Amino acid sequence: MSREEVEGAGANPGAELGTGLGPRLGRSPARQRLHRAKELLIETVIRVCGVSAVIFVFGIFYFVFREAAPLLFGGLDLGELLTSGEWYPDSDNPRYGAFALIAGTLAVTLLAMLIAVPLGLGAAIFVSEFSRGRTREILKIVIELLAAIPSVVWGFIGLVIMNPLIIDLFDTPVGLNVLNGAILLALMSVPIIVSIGEDALKAVPDTYREAAEAMGATRWQVTWRVLLPAARNGLLAAVLLGVGRAVGETMAVLMATGHSVNVPDSPLDSVRTITATIASELGETAQGSDHYRVLFVLGSLLFLITFLVNLTADLVIRGFKRR
Amino acid sequence: MVVQHPKIAFRDLKVRYGEKTALEGINLEVAKNEILGIIGPAGSGKTSLLRVLNRTLQNTPGAKVTGDVRIDGEDIHRMRDVSGLRRRIGMVAPLPVGLPMSVYDNVAFAPRMAGVTDKKVLDGVVERCLRQAALWEEVEKRLGDLGTKLSGGQQQRLTIARALSHSPEILCLDEFSIAIDPVTTMRIEEVLKELRKHMTIFLVTNLVQQARRLADRTAFLLLGELVEVGPTEEVFGRNPRDRRTFDYVHGIFG
Ligand SMILES: Nc1ncnc2c1ncn2[C@@H]1O[C@H](COP(=O)(O)OP(=O)(O)O)[C@@H](O)[C@H]1O
Ligand SMILES: [Mg+2]
Repeated sequence: MSREEVEGAGANPGAELGTGLGPRLGRSPARQRLHRAKELLIETVIRVCGVSAVIFVFGIFYFVFREAAPLLFGGLDLGELLTSGEWYPDSDNPRYGAFALIAGTLAVTLLAMLIAVPLGLGAAIFVSEFSRGRTREILKIVIELLAAIPSVVWGFIGLVIMNPLIIDLFDTPVGLNVLNGAILLALMSVPIIVSIGEDALKAVPDTYREAAEAMGATRWQVTWRVLLPAARNGLLAAVLLGVGRAVGETMAVLMATGHSVNVPDSPLDSVRTITATIASELGETAQGSDHYRVLFVLGSLLFLITFLVNLTADLVIRGFKRR
Repeated sequence: MVVQHPKIAFRDLKVRYGEKTALEGINLEVAKNEILGIIGPAGSGKTSLLRVLNRTLQNTPGAKVTGDVRIDGEDIHRMRDVSGLRRRIGMVAPLPVGLPMSVYDNVAFAPRMAGVTDKKVLDGVVERCLRQAALWEEVEKRLGDLGTKLSGGQQQRLTIARALSHSPEILCLDEFSIAIDPVTTMRIEEVLKELRKHMTIFLVTNLVQQARRLADRTAFLLLGELVEVGPTEEVFGRNPRDRRTFDYVHGIFG
C-alpha cells in the first residue's frame, strides 16, 4: 500500500473497511456510487469467507461429536478408555482401552519434537541470520518443497528406505516403529517450524541487531542474547504449530510405525497411533455400532488436542504481535 | 589543515550503495579528544561515515567501502577482531534503540559480551555510565524495568550510557537530539563537554547551532562531498572557505 493510500484512509475515517480507498474529491456522484457498491460487494464477499471458515470448524466438530455422543453419554467407561491398554474392539466381549493408542501417539510425537525442534529452530536461525542472497533463497525454496511432499510419500519413504536402514543400524527384526514414524513426522514438522520461526526472527527490528553489534557483540552473541529472547513467543508458536502437525498426521505414521497396539518402552517398539487406528478401522465398522462410535470419541479427543495446541500457538503469536 | 598524530584518519574514502555513491573523496583527520561537528542536509552521507568507522556498514547488502581508514595509525579494515574494534567506539543512533531487556541489562550488555561476569564490576560500570549520561538519579530505583518503558529522552540517555559502557576511545553521536526535548538536549550537551576530556567525539547533528556550541572543528558534508572542514568559528563565521557552507549555515538553503 502506498503512503498516499494510507493517509487517504486516515484522512477519511468514514471510508468503509476493505480497499481503504475512500471517495476522493473531484469524482462524479455516479462514479462515487459505483465505487461504494464495489466496496460493499468486496466487503460482503470477505465477510462471507471469514464467517464460513468459522462455520466449517464448528461444523466439523459438531458432526464428529454427534457420532460420538450416544456412546460417550451412554455406557462408555471413560476411565477404561483413557487408562486401559486393552483395545479389542472386534471381540465378542469388546473392550475399548485406548491407553496404548494414546501412549503411541504421545511417544511418536514427543520423539518427533525432540528431533524437529532443534533442527527446525537451528535451520530458522541459519536461514534468517547466517545466510544471505543466493544461499538463503535456495534454502527457503528447498524447505518449502519439503512442506509440499504428500504424507503418503513420506509413509512410502518410511517403508522402503527407513525400515531397512533402521533394521541394519539397530539390529532389530522390524524397522517400523516409534523411531521411524518420529523421524518422518520430524521431517514433516520442520518446514513449519522453520518458516514460522524465520518470520518471528525477521520481525525483530534490524536496529536491535545493529545496536548490539555496535557494542561489540559477535553474530552468535547477538542471536543468542538479543534475537532469541526478543523472538521467544514467535519461536514458541512455531514449535507448537509443528506439534499440532505431528499429532494430527495420519498416513505416514500409519505406514511407518508398525501398526501394533502396544505401550512402547523403547523407540524401537512398534506402536499404533490414534490417527492410524481411526483411519484403518473406520471403514470396517458398521455405522452406529459401538466400535464406530468409539472411533469418533477418539476423533473428538484428537480434535480437542490439536485445537488446544493450535489455540495456544495462536494466543502466543498474538502476544508477540502486540508487543 | 593537518592534524598532528591524528586519532582517526580517513583517506580517499568512498562509499557506494550498489550503483549509488553516498560518499566520495573524503579526506579527514580528527585529533585526540576533539569534538568534531558534522553538519549537512539529510542524505549527505553523515550516517554512512559513522558506519564506516565501526564497520557496521559491511552488514548492509550492496554497500561498498574503498579507501583507507585508520585509528591510531592502524587500518581498521585489516583488523581481524571486528568486535574488538567496535568496543573501542561508542555509537548512539538518532532514535533510541532500547534493547528488549532491563535498564541494567542494557548497560551491562557490552561488558558482558566482552566477558565480564563479576557482579560487582558490572554494578560499578552500570552506575558510572548512567551517571555519566545524567540518568542515574532518574532510574536508580528502577534498574530492573524494561528499558523501553522509559521516556524518549531517558531512553536516549540510556543509549548514551550504553555507548559508554565499554569505555570507548571514540564516541559517535548521530543526530542524538532528533527525538528529545530541548531541556534534555542541553543536559546531554553538558555531559558531552565533560566526556571530551576522556574521548574523541563525532557529533553529527541536524542542529547547526549545536555544532557551533560544542565542536572544536566542524565538517560540512553535502551530497557525499566534504565541502569544508575547519575550526568551528571559521565555518560559522563571515568567511568560510566555501560559499555553500555560508549558505547552509545561515539557512539560505537547507
Ligand atoms: N542501506 C542503504 N541502502 C541504499 N542507500 C542508502 C542506504 N543508507 C543510506 N543510503 C543512501 O546514501 C546516502 C547517504 O545516506 P546517509 O549516510 O544516511 O546520510 P545522512 O545521514 O547524512 O542523512 C543517501 O542518499 C541514502 O539514500
Ligand atoms: Mg543520518
